[in-house]
Amino acid sequence: MLSLLWLVLVLPLAGAVALLAGAQRFDHRTTSAVGVGSIGATLLLSLGILAQYAGRHGETVVQSLWRWMAAGDLTITFALRLDPLSAVMLFFVTFVGFVIHVYSVGYMHSEGPRAYARYFAYLNLFMFAMLTLVLGANLVVLFVGWEGVGLCSYLLIGFYFEKDWCAAAGKKAFIVNRIGDFGFLLAIFMAYKVFGTVDFSGMWAQLAAEPSRYAPWVTPIALLLFVGAIGKSAQLPLYVWLPDAMAGPTPVSALIHAATMVTAGVYMVARCSPLFSQSPTALLVVAAVGGLTAVFAATIGLAQNDIKKVLAYSTVSQLGYMFLGAGAGAFGAAIFHVFTHAFFKACLFLGSGSVIHACSGEQDIRKMGGLAKKLPVTYWTFVVATLALAGIPPLAGFFSKDEILGKVFAAGSADLGGFGRVYLGLWVLGVAGAFLTAFYMFRLVHLTFHGQFRGTREQEHHLHESPASMVWPLRILAVGSAVVGFAGIGTALTFGRDLNWFEHFLHPATPAVELGHHVSLGIEWLLIGLSVAVAVGGILLARRFYLGPRALEIPNAIAGRFPRAFDLVANKYYVDEAYDRVVVKPLRSVAWFSWKGVDTVGIDGPINAAAWFTEITGDLLRFIQTGNVRNYSLLILGGALAAMAWLLL
Amino acid sequence: MAIPTTHFVILAALLFAVGAAGVLLRRSGISILLGIEIMLNAANLSLAAFARQHGQLDGQVFVFFVMAVAAAEVVVGLALLVAIFRRIGSIDVDRLNALRW
Amino acid sequence: MVTLVFYLTAAVAFVSAVVAISHRSPVVNVLSLVVTFFCVAVNYALLGASFLAAAQILVYAGAILVLFLFVVMLLNAPEVPPATEPRPFQRWLGTAAAIATALGGTLLFLTWRTALPSAGPGGDAVALGRLLVGPYLFAFELIAVLLLAALVGAYVLVKRKH
Repeated sequence: MLSLLWLVLVLPLAGAVALLAGAQRFDHRTTSAVGVGSIGATLLLSLGILAQYAGRHGETVVQSLWRWMAAGDLTITFALRLDPLSAVMLFFVTFVGFVIHVYSVGYMHSEGPRAYARYFAYLNLFMFAMLTLVLGANLVVLFVGWEGVGLCSYLLIGFYFEKDWCAAAGKKAFIVNRIGDFGFLLAIFMAYKVFGTVDFSGMWAQLAAEPSRYAPWVTPIALLLFVGAIGKSAQLPLYVWLPDAMAGPTPVSALIHAATMVTAGVYMVARCSPLFSQSPTALLVVAAVGGLTAVFAATIGLAQNDIKKVLAYSTVSQLGYMFLGAGAGAFGAAIFHVFTHAFFKACLFLGSGSVIHACSGEQDIRKMGGLAKKLPVTYWTFVVATLALAGIPPLAGFFSKDEILGKVFAAGSADLGGFGRVYLGLWVLGVAGAFLTAFYMFRLVHLTFHGQFRGTREQEHHLHESPASMVWPLRILAVGSAVVGFAGIGTALTFGRDLNWFEHFLHPATPAVELGHHVSLGIEWLLIGLSVAVAVGGILLARRFYLGPRALEIPNAIAGRFPRAFDLVANKYYVDEAYDRVVVKPLRSVAWFSWKGVDTVGIDGPINAAAWFTEITGDLLRFIQTGNVRNYSLLILGGALAAMAWLLL
Repeated sequence: MAIPTTHFVILAALLFAVGAAGVLLRRSGISILLGIEIMLNAANLSLAAFARQHGQLDGQVFVFFVMAVAAAEVVVGLALLVAIFRRIGSIDVDRLNALRW
Repeated sequence: MVTLVFYLTAAVAFVSAVVAISHRSPVVNVLSLVVTFFCVAVNYALLGASFLAAAQILVYAGAILVLFLFVVMLLNAPEVPPATEPRPFQRWLGTAAAIATALGGTLLFLTWRTALPSAGPGGDAVALGRLLVGPYLFAFELIAVLLLAALVGAYVLVKRKH
């Protein structure tokens, strides 16, 4: 079964091709069968492969498919790599992907057959690209998947391309990502120059053998790789595309912008952990960017009124946590959070889709309320996922978030890389972020599901629970959010007995950075208690602010007292506007000048002039054609004499 | 005393000039063809002269060929002239001016 | 002696050439061209190219110009005013004939009786023939094809379409 690893890529690709080719002719049933079936088959195949892999004890399996480029010293093979890290990614990408495909059948039901087929084609293509990304055995194959997911993201964000703002959102995502990709490419070039290969096994082997030789290069390469991650995983300062990406259909937001694509940056950092481990500076940068983003995005989430935007900023914030963990050397913890986050964030997004569907397309939470009774399944799955996100035990998010915070504190107290104080400061930010997360998520829950319905009569009539194809995925993901956390129970919780299966499984692929000294068990329990308390505090505060007869009184009062601050936050700190002034407008001017000045005048000018000269010459020369035979014979004589002169003289 | 080659060449040149003048100055198709014949003869003459100067017969072979070609050319040229005459009823080449700008 | 012949024929050739191109009557033009060709033939003989001299008269004067005359008669070129006075016409004709005879005689005289002071090999027909079927065989054959082509072309050009 392991030898069929390549089939995992081919099945979604075949689905995409079939749907693109048959978009004109397929009806909904055929499209669903092909689109969902291909991913279902991929899931079964992946499970079979993973079952077989389980007996391999963390060994790395590489399957070379073909020799792609061979130029001089450079040889790049299209090869797939199955090791613990890619195994984890393979599992949840195919599982969550399949669940979301099923959900899409219900959600996209009202689209015409051609748009429906287009949707599933792009979604299948996305699965192909994402799987290429996680299974790639070298930086180039990873980059192929990286670019592929970026493309599919653009196609799917701009799915409703007839609407200008949707198309613009797609462009924005692609362009901002490109900036990150540039850094990534530079990293690949540098890696090739330094290591002579871009293959992961090759690079890490060389790095382990002669660390001092590569020491000066490690930090630049790691930082450039991280630039790529900043773009793809929406961290400061390249996060601006993710909130806009909510213009796409909600299942797309769930799959691409919550569970899978945006976590590619974290995966890439974990994949290159041997590199990052050698560079304390790079680790610090990763942690700092992650921590700052986590809090920054959380503050913006406090004042958003669109249900999907709140979730989008929440995603940015949680991605920040993942990088915070990775930056503390705890790569396993970061991937664990990726894993748990996939479940509860996807559940939240799909739940929001269910809500939007029920409210006939309304996305503003100020116009919702009291939906708990009308949408029971959506309600309880949403609450479970929210609790998981907030980090309430024993749900999944608690285990993963807690592990990250614990590891960051440990890094701080062990003075990792000499930056102990910074890590401790980042830990404080992490805890603050946890408070804000719990708070704004429960604000969302209260405003959406509790209280009185604040929409129109029309909408109220149509409130209904979603069909089975949408509800079952919610159930499955909610259950997942509750239980998957137990795969990675932190050592502290089990009183020193190391039952952290997840960390063990990942260890061969992504060993954590060894910290000098360990935090005592007592302090660990204290930290755990602190983060839970903070989360509960956030929940209670949100309850006070947004639930019950006096709901919204206090928040409105605060907004009234600090209008400027409120404005700043509600308008996302005007970051987009700033980018527009500083980056977009100058670029537009340069582009305009390149067009009018350089291209039209500088390049077209001489060419048109040359053409004009040819034309003029022709216009003048035609007078030689007098039609008079004797003129011609004179010319012939003249020519003959000239030739003779040339020959004789 | 042999006549120096130069003399022949000068004669050939003069004849060529006359022929050229005939081609350029006359309007009748026949006169133009006659001028061409004169030019060909001038060329032949100089060819033969140089053949003698170099002591080889190759030049004379060339003359032979030129004569044959001239004969062929006259045949076709006159046939053309006849065809044109049938078309426009005149052999005045100035009437043939359709291919102009 | 030879030099004198040369200058004489040169002068006659030149003058008759001028007449050939300038006279208004096409028949006069053609006939004076005959005279020119005779002079050129003499010159060939002076150069020692006896074969060429004979060929000149046979081909040019005898064939080509006759053809010209045919066409002139056929077309009855309107540019030429019809010969109203037979006399000038005859005068021209007579003079041309006389010169032609004189020249012809001189030619015969020169080739048969005088050892021409030619430097290299003479215009011996045999030698020429050897060259033609030797190194220049291919060209020789091609000339035959060319003549055929000219013949066919001429026929096609003057064919009447019915």
